[in-house]
Formats: sequence, C-alpha cells, structure tokens
Amino acid sequence: MQGPLIDTLARQGVSRRTFLKYCATLASMMALPPAAGLAMAEAMAAARRPSVIWLPFQECTGCTESFTRSHSPTLEGMIFDMISLDYQETLMAAAGHQAEAARHTAMRDNAGKYLLVIDGSIPLDQDGAYSCIGGRSNLDILKEAAEGAAAIIAMGTCASYGGIPKANPNPTGAVSVSDIIKDKPIVNIPGCPPIPVVMTGVLAHYLTFGSLPELDAKGRPKAFYGETIHDRCYRRPFYDQGKFAKTFDDEGARRGWCLFELGCKGPVTYNACATVKWNGGTSWPVESGHGCLGCSEPDFWDAGGFYKALSLPADPLKFAAAAAVVGTGAGVAIGFANRSKKGGAKSAHETTTLDDLEA
Amino acid sequence: MSATLEKGIRVLKEVIDAPIASYFNSCVHCGLCAEACLFYTETGDPKYTPIHKLEPLRRIYEQEYTLLGRLKKMVGLSKAVTDDELDQWQALVYNSCTLCGRCSAVCPVGNDIVYMVRKFREGMSASGHAPAGIKDAVTRTVTVGSPMNVKLPALRAQMKHVEEDYGIPIPLDVEGAEYMVVLSSMEIMNFPEYLAAVAKIMQQAGKTWTLCSTAFEATNAGIQIGNSDLAKVIVLRIVEGAETLKVKTVISPECGHAYTALRWEGPNLIGRPFGFEVKHIIEVLGEFQAQRLLQTEGFETDRLTFHDPCQLVRRGGVIQQPRTLMNMVAKNFVEMPDAGYMNWCCGGGGGASAIEAGEDLRLEAFKKKKSQFDAVKPDRVVTACANCRIVLEESLEHYKMDIPVIGLTEMIADHISEPVPQAAAKPEGA
Amino acid sequence: MNELQFLTWVRGTGLNIAVAIFLLGVTWRLFEIYSLGRKKDLSMPRHASGASGFHTVFRRSLAPPGMLKRSPVSYIGGYVFHIGLAVVVFGFAPHILLISNLTGLSWPGLPSQFIDLAAVVTMAAMLVMLFDRISKPVKRFLSTFEDWFTWALTFLPVLTGWMAVQHLLLPYTTMLALHILSVEILLIVLPFTKLFHAFTLFGSRWYNGRVNAHKGVPV
Repeated sequence: MQGPLIDTLARQGVSRRTFLKYCATLASMMALPPAAGLAMAEAMAAARRPSVIWLPFQECTGCTESFTRSHSPTLEGMIFDMISLDYQETLMAAAGHQAEAARHTAMRDNAGKYLLVIDGSIPLDQDGAYSCIGGRSNLDILKEAAEGAAAIIAMGTCASYGGIPKANPNPTGAVSVSDIIKDKPIVNIPGCPPIPVVMTGVLAHYLTFGSLPELDAKGRPKAFYGETIHDRCYRRPFYDQGKFAKTFDDEGARRGWCLFELGCKGPVTYNACATVKWNGGTSWPVESGHGCLGCSEPDFWDAGGFYKALSLPADPLKFAAAAAVVGTGAGVAIGFANRSKKGGAKSAHETTTLDDLEA
Repeated sequence: MSATLEKGIRVLKEVIDAPIASYFNSCVHCGLCAEACLFYTETGDPKYTPIHKLEPLRRIYEQEYTLLGRLKKMVGLSKAVTDDELDQWQALVYNSCTLCGRCSAVCPVGNDIVYMVRKFREGMSASGHAPAGIKDAVTRTVTVGSPMNVKLPALRAQMKHVEEDYGIPIPLDVEGAEYMVVLSSMEIMNFPEYLAAVAKIMQQAGKTWTLCSTAFEATNAGIQIGNSDLAKVIVLRIVEGAETLKVKTVISPECGHAYTALRWEGPNLIGRPFGFEVKHIIEVLGEFQAQRLLQTEGFETDRLTFHDPCQLVRRGGVIQQPRTLMNMVAKNFVEMPDAGYMNWCCGGGGGASAIEAGEDLRLEAFKKKKSQFDAVKPDRVVTACANCRIVLEESLEHYKMDIPVIGLTEMIADHISEPVPQAAAKPEGA
Repeated sequence: MNELQFLTWVRGTGLNIAVAIFLLGVTWRLFEIYSLGRKKDLSMPRHASGASGFHTVFRRSLAPPGMLKRSPVSYIGGYVFHIGLAVVVFGFAPHILLISNLTGLSWPGLPSQFIDLAAVVTMAAMLVMLFDRISKPVKRFLSTFEDWFTWALTFLPVLTGWMAVQHLLLPYTTMLALHILSVEILLIVLPFTKLFHAFTLFGSRWYNGRVNAHKGVPV
C-alpha cells in the first residue's frame, strides 16, 4: 500500500483522466490557477502517501460518518487512498493493545512527518477524566501525538472550536485543539459535520505544495471559508427584495423565499455549503428548506435560538418591565422632591418692593 | 437694597415649571432661533442667540431640578451661577431682547424661548441685575403712577385741551360705563390725538365710556423688568378702578406691553380672573367695524404700510383686525416683507427702549426694520403701539429717513364723519 | 471572545442592559421633567382656528415663513437626516422583524438597495450638518462636548449598519455586533443628553402651542 497514489487508483479502476479532472475541480474550488490542477495531479500521483494518525476525542463520530457514508465510489472517498491511515479507531481492525501499538509505531517511524487529524473536543475538567482512551486522557494523548506531527488538522467544529461539548454550561470543560497546542501548524475544518471535500482539498494542497493552504484568522482554509453562506446563497435575491418566509409552510416557504426570519444563520456563517453542497452535490440545508444553523462557527450552539432571526434579541428582554417600573419610581420620587423644593421657595417668597430692586 | 443672588435663585426656583424643563431638554443647539432674532441678524454676533441668553437659567434648572444636574454640581462639573455672571447676562436678557417672540415662533423643537426670558427676568430683577433705565421706570410707575411722571392734573389738562379742540366731552369716573379707557403716558404727553380719536369713535358708535382718575395709566414696567410683585401692584390699580366703576370692558391703549400686562398677565398676577373683559383698542375697532358701528369716509391716498407691534400681533393674537381697518381708510396699503405674524420688532419693545446703554445696539438692530421699509418704500408708516411709534420715529430720524409714523386709531378717527345726530354726547345711564 | 460570542452578547446581555437603562432613563426623565407642573392660566382665552397645542406639534415640523431661506442647510439637512434615519430604522426588513417580535406590529420592508441609498444619503446629510456646526459661528458658539458626542453616537449606528451590509472593513459578524453595540450605546445615552428631544419635543411643541393658542395665536 505504500506505492504511488496513481497505481493504487488504477488498481481500483479510477482512470488517469478521471483523476486529472478531479484535481482540476479541486484546484478550482480552492481558487487556485488552472495550471495548479495539473501540478496537483502530477504531484499527488507521484507522491508517497503520508502517514496519518486520526485521533477521535470527545465526539460523536459524525465527522467520520460524513466521510465514510459518502456514496461509493466517490472521489472524496479517495482521501483514504491518498494517505496511509495508520490509526483510526472507528475504521481500524486492530483493537486494544494492538491498536495502541500501531499508533506508537507510526509515530516513531514517521516522527516529524506525519499528519495528525483530530476530531472531537478535549475535556479538561476532572483532569480530563471525562474522555479517556486506554486509561489515558485525551489531553495526554493529544500532547504526545502532537509532539511529532508535521501539522494538525482539526476535523469538525468540536476539534476546531470545542463544538457541542463546549456548549453552555460546558460540563466537561471542553476546549479545542488550538486551545492546547500552540507550536504546530493547525488547520481547522469546522462544520458539524464538515464538508468532506475540504479535507481532500487540504490534503491535496499539502501533497502538492508541501504546505498547508492559506488560512483565515480562525485557522480555516480561506478557499472554503472565505465567504458567508448568505453571500453565496441562491435565495439571496429574495433577501434583497425583502421577501421572507414567515413560517415553514407558508406561501413564501413554498416559493423558496429567504429563511432569514426563520432563524437562518447564513449571514454570519462562513462555509462552502452553498457552492459545494452535500451528498455529491444533491442539496444542502437551505435548499431543503431549513435555515443554516451556523454549525461551522464557534459557539454556534449558544448563539441564540436556531429559529430566532439574527436581528432579534437572543434573550427576551428580561429587565425591560422592571426597568420601566424603577425609572417611574425614581422619576416620581424626584418629582415629589422637586415639588417640595418649589413649594419651599414659594413659601419663602418675600414680596418685592421697589427697594428690593437694588442689590 | 435687599436684592441678592440667593433671592434671585429662590425666585427662579419658584417660576421654573414643566414647560421650561421640557424646553431646556428639547434644545438641540441648532441655532435657528438666532436667525429669528434681529439682534443677531443685524450684528452677526452669536452671543445674541436667544437660547444663549438663558444659559444661567438653564444651569439653575439643571442644578435644582434634575438628579444628574445635582450630581454634576456636587462633583464640580457644573458651576454655580454667580452675581458676576448674571451681571454679564444683563445686557443679553434686557438690552438685546425685546420679548418679541420671533424665536418662539421658529424653534423647530417648539421651545417658547420668550416665555423663558420673561421668567428669567424675575430672577434677574430679584437679584438686582435689572438695568437702571427700567428700574427707574418701575419706580416712577409705582410711586407716581406713570413711568413718565404723568399725574392726574396733567391728564385733566390734556382732557380739557381735547374737549376744547374737538368739542367732544371726555368722561371721567363715570360709573357703569360700558368701556373704561386706559392710556399710556406716551399718549397723554406726546400723542393726545389718541384721546380725541377714542372720543370720536365712541361717539359715533354710541357707546358709553370713561376714564378713571385712579387708573388712567396702562403701562406696566413691572412686566418689562420681570417682577410679578411690582407688576401686580400696578395692574391692581386698573382692576380696582374698573371694578369700582363697574365697567364691562377695559380698553388697552395703543401700547403693546400694556396689553400683555393687562390682558394676559393681569389675572395671573392678581391670582383670580377679572370681572371685566380686556380688549385692545384695535380689537374694539374691529368689533365696531364688524357691527357696522364704525363708518368712515374718504381714503388716504399715499403709500402706507403697517408695522405689527409684537405684543399685539404675534404675542397678542390681534392679527387680522389692523389689516381690515387699514383697508377701510387706505387706498394704497402695502404689506412689508414678513408682515403680520412674523413681522420684525421695532427694536425697542420689552423695556429695551428704556435702557440708555442699549441705544447703539437698538439702532443697529433697527437695520432690519429699515430693510423692510426699503423694500416697500412707504410714504408713511402706521402702527398701533405708542412705544413702537416713538422707537420708529427716533430710529428713522437717526437713519435720516423721512417717513412719518402715525397711530392706526387716530388715522381711523380722522376718517370718521362729523358727529352723527343720534350719537350720545353724554354717556347714557350715567 | 470571538465574533459570534460578541454578537451573541450584544444580542443578549448587552441588549438587556441597554434596553433596561433606556427605559429606566426615559421614564425617570419624563417624570422628572413633567412633574414640575405649571400654573393654570387665569386670563380669558381667545379662540382662533388652527391654534392649539396639538396643531403646533405637527405644524412645527414645517419651516416657518422665511426661515428656509435664512438657514437652508439646517432645514434641508435636518429633514434629510431625520427622514433618512426613519427610513433606515423602520424600513429595513431585519429592523421590522425586531419591532414585530417585540411589539407584534409589522409592515412590509423596503428593498435593500433603497435602504442602502437612504443610509448613504443620511450619512452624507449628517456630515453636512457636522460641517455646518463647525463652520457656522452660531452653531459653533452654542456647541458643547455633548453636541459632538451625540452626533457621533447617532452617526455610528448608521455607519456600522451600512458597513455590515456592504461587508466593509470587518467581517459581517463583527460589524453586525458593532452595529448593535453602537445602537445600545445610543439607547443608553439618549435619555440623558439632548437626544432626549426625541421625547420632549412633543411636550415642548404642545406647551408652546397651547400657551399661544390661549392668546389666539397659531404658532
């Protein structure tokens, strides 16, 4: 399994032509020049597959599912052919000590060169006792594995930003990879789950150019997270015209109007769903009639209700009535004080005579 | 001798009310009131911006009647008003404000600025910061009975002259007359034609009327200086006179602030409604005209314009009557720009004409009136306020403009046909 | 705190604080001002058509005769920026949604291109007004710190809102959060500055109208 990628693909019946086409598509998605597609194809075809260690922490396996449940054979599936996946608990046949041994072997053999993929957040409370593998806390394992990694890919929102485990009140003290590891390049691929092709794209970039793609301030590949869902949404013209679905079954909803009022978080969510779509380009949440949840953004779980429009108060106005009552009370009190002051001035009035005009 | 800052502030605490609070909180410093004030428009000096003239009052309001203002004063963010400051403000509150009320008519947030100036003067006078000229006028009015030292014998002498010249009796102290006529000293001394005019008009209308020996002076310098206690003393004379003589209506003379003092402030000064009505002579003429009791003949043919006295028109609500009366007797009546409700002040109202120190400024401000006259080039100017008349005459003379100023009532009387047979020479029921 | 947390805070806690202070301030100030009361006018009223407090509340929105010519910038600039603010605040669909959510009242929004134009025009008018305040002697003379401060506080929500929609300078999420924050600051400051004229203006016009209507003068 260690030969050049192109041979492996050929054995699986993927032609060179199909592979080239795929690379061109990938390159265009990442906004690279057309020539990059060819370079990518050549580089990847010839590359030796890098060793990848995939560690699942406090997670739901949704990210892995997102990959493996892709229709077969999909090109996204090729990810598993581009790499040498040396450790992935969900997918590997080995278990127990053998699995741990495989990980240690890979880490030793590829020290300083392997890619570390993390999905899931890392709990810190109770010394990390909330999530342990083989009796060791996620924190321990992460630190150990990160030591010899060339780069780390944080798969999914949990690994990238803490995700659902970190949602208020964050009982396990969950944090993201980048909260712990500060000295390694980290690519965040947020999403709950993330779009599979983003992972492929990052790997392809790494294999072709030997570096990670350009990232934004939140550590995400700019190529995929450069624009909001809202800006790329096919329903955007309705927003601009002020045409909104008010409920999920009204005339506006049937006509495909904008879902802003139904709580769509598209305007504040940076992801590629609107262009790449899901399930082999079949559809995506907004197209299916539901607003974006903003799952690829930090703390999306706590950003007001999913069905609450962005312009609405996240909390109902809690103290409004109390404030008005207190204000009225204060006003009335000042009013009484003022009136008694005025009354005092009146009763102290000394009728002015002509003499009183002179100082 | 006893005016103090403390007393002034106490008086201001008495007079600051919800409208003033609302006004100060509404001001957005847009400066539009300046554009309405002839002292600003003619000098271009921003210190004449009407709302600025009230700055000490605003601070007293804020410091006395708002919680934040009190806190600000406590921590030293808001300075206390001082005697020096009020002294500086004297010229702004008196010399450069004629209480004309144009600012109140334009303020976009609706602030009645002149209402506040009037109240601020209460504090200014109580703290001893009223100008000498007005103080003297008040002293004369309270002690002698007239700001110009006119006493009853002087009035009697004028009555006699008029009776002789016109052959119409001038009734004095006639109980039960319908109208009681009060005069301004200016009319007694400078314009006795007014008294004759009233007599003629009353005779033609067949109405009973009288003068009152204890209350013939209508002017009320107490209003101008802004002291309700003294204004009350002055206004009470008229109220007592009218109630003693049991008249139905007191006719305010051609004098703007006398009208305001009697008609609008009077009942509030004495704290009860009057048992009689108060009307301006122009209002009465308007009524006579409407009831066909006023018959005129002939017309003035030269070019005439009408100067609106602020207290009669914008501040008094007698807007249409002067025009109707003008048209009765004038063939060539032209309105100057901004005539009527928005006409410009002569520059000497609200006591300003009594302040010697303000004379240069007053003449400067008169340029506004001058430009209005220049626009219509009248042969003569008609007005209905003796103070306007004097100020206009003096200022026109200063600018070497040869435009005579006349009173509307006299002009109307000039066109009254000779005594009609049924007219009562003697008051009925007397 | 990341952008979304910031946004969530301003939409949640921040808004709660701002609205609470705003309501507290408004009720307190209204009582403080209007409880001072006023004396009944004992003089006999004169009646004239068109003269009442109510008339003046509306009539004072128009420039009195001759004033437009004397101060065109104040009037035209003032109209444009007040109407522009109203259009942007009450015509933009997300704003309407907020109002309908709080009060149940709803009306159709205006097209976003139009709102965009209105925002630009409003800002332009406000800049002209600022320049007028700097260059006109009377306005400069009257101006205190509060005048510059409240100008900025009124300008910022329009600017940040417009920049958020236009995706200028900062990411949308951050800009939206700044927009909401700027509105909150405006709400907090409003009852305690000259911005309170938004409330007292009606009382002031009414008093002025009523006092003068008593004399039969329609002001």
